[in-house]
Amino acid sequence: MNETVVIIGGGQAGAQTAVSLRKEGFSGAITLVCEEPVLPYQRPPLSKTYLAGELPKERLFIKPAAFYEKAKIDLLLGVRVNAIDTQQQRLALDNHQSLPYSHLVFATGGRVRPLHCPGIEHHHVHYLRTLADVDAMHDKFKPGKRLVIIGGGYVGLETAAVAVKHGLEVSVLVARPTALGRVTSKVVGQFFEQVHRSAGVNLQSNTDVECLQGNNEEVVLTTRGALLSADLVVVGIGLLPNVELAESADILCEDGINTDQYGRTSIANIYAAGDCANHPNAIYKRRMRLQSVQNAIDQAKTVAASICGKNKPYIQIPWFWSDQYDLKLQTAGVNTGYDEIVLRGDPETRSFAAFYLRAGRLLAVDAINRPAEFVAARNIINKNLVVSAARLSDESIAAKALASPQDTTSPT
Amino acid sequence: MIKVTYIDHAGTAREIEVEEGVDLMDVAVDNLVPGIDGDCGGVAACATCHVHVDPAWQDKLPPMGEEEDAMLELADDRNENSRLACQLKASPELDGLILHTPIGQH
Repeated sequence: MNETVVIIGGGQAGAQTAVSLRKEGFSGAITLVCEEPVLPYQRPPLSKTYLAGELPKERLFIKPAAFYEKAKIDLLLGVRVNAIDTQQQRLALDNHQSLPYSHLVFATGGRVRPLHCPGIEHHHVHYLRTLADVDAMHDKFKPGKRLVIIGGGYVGLETAAVAVKHGLEVSVLVARPTALGRVTSKVVGQFFEQVHRSAGVNLQSNTDVECLQGNNEEVVLTTRGALLSADLVVVGIGLLPNVELAESADILCEDGINTDQYGRTSIANIYAAGDCANHPNAIYKRRMRLQSVQNAIDQAKTVAASICGKNKPYIQIPWFWSDQYDLKLQTAGVNTGYDEIVLRGDPETRSFAAFYLRAGRLLAVDAINRPAEFVAARNIINKNLVVSAARLSDESIAAKALASPQDTTSPT
Repeated sequence: MIKVTYIDHAGTAREIEVEEGVDLMDVAVDNLVPGIDGDCGGVAACATCHVHVDPAWQDKLPPMGEEEDAMLELADDRNENSRLACQLKASPELDGLILHTPIGQH
């Protein structure tokens, strides 16, 4: 039988689906359709080492071009899917091609959430999602230039850290009360704010942009009645999942494209993985949509297995990382709904972990320069152990020992 | 050029010539060495480039960092020769190095 898998999207999830299909022994045709005109690449370095100019472009590519040739994976780069006919199992592409599929994978990812404020239509602001986005800011990303970053999430703060090191004059405007407010706690968010301020960043929380003015040379932002001039404005205020194509094909979408634990959508032979997918999480017992490399890779592996008839449910503890200055933040788990925070170590030392618990059970950790705590938390959550707050904060117990079952009481 | 040999769990050896300074995860991915994924892009965040270093070379390696040591706890078949390939760079002292890719990563 001539099976054909078509993957829409060439990010981490799309590329991994193709790779994993071959690893699972899939012998049919694989076509990956990607809107961006470049080989699939890793996004995390875009706001880190690539922006800093420390990583050559070739190193961003997930696999070299030769890999796809050898693995017989057809790449249609710079091509968009216009429409899907789920009855005929065919795609209409914007290059006028029509592509049949027996299995279709949505790895459509997300796009930057646009900033809306008066005056934005007259001024060029930059976003940071794609390789082209970073390359476009290259000319202005120079020592002495005034950079204003709108948004205090991972992308905004990572960009600020690179820019300050590079000699730019950096301001960060955070709409929420605390930076990293979507993903972490006040204590960790405030720690990062302090780190940025002491590095020389003008970081303002609770600060919205009211309007943009200026000329070709500079943008003048109004915030809380004050004026702030910029040579370069970078907006990082979140991601919107690309679901429109799926919705147009009547695939069930809520926040993202709904899947089951095998990556299958509401329509037969159609799957979704990565930033665009909303999955039922077995560990947290609710639906969630995650935006991370780990999730993209692991869901892609799940989808590839499903296509090959080997059902491997997606049961993974989410994890994330962020590099800023000399700090590596590693997060394991999702802290939503926590009722207790336990600190291990002193934030003043720039090395500590914040454990998030609900009803005495570990939900997540933010480990700052504490890889052993990150690993311990993954093991604790994985083994479903109960470790008391007193033990978690007790530095006389090695982090590694926190997850050893003999030292803890297992839940019944 | 520095020669590094990757041997997979089935015993298949792949000898690769590496430029000095290049990390041994990157070169494995570029040369399609099975068993080395490098999911995090080489920042010691994932342990998918776990290798067992041939014991004869153990003494010539740079010391393991705290982060690498911690991340290796996530690897299934860690032993005393375990390292993350992304933390090893090709150098003249490592010319001829032999790395084994663990079975769990295939």
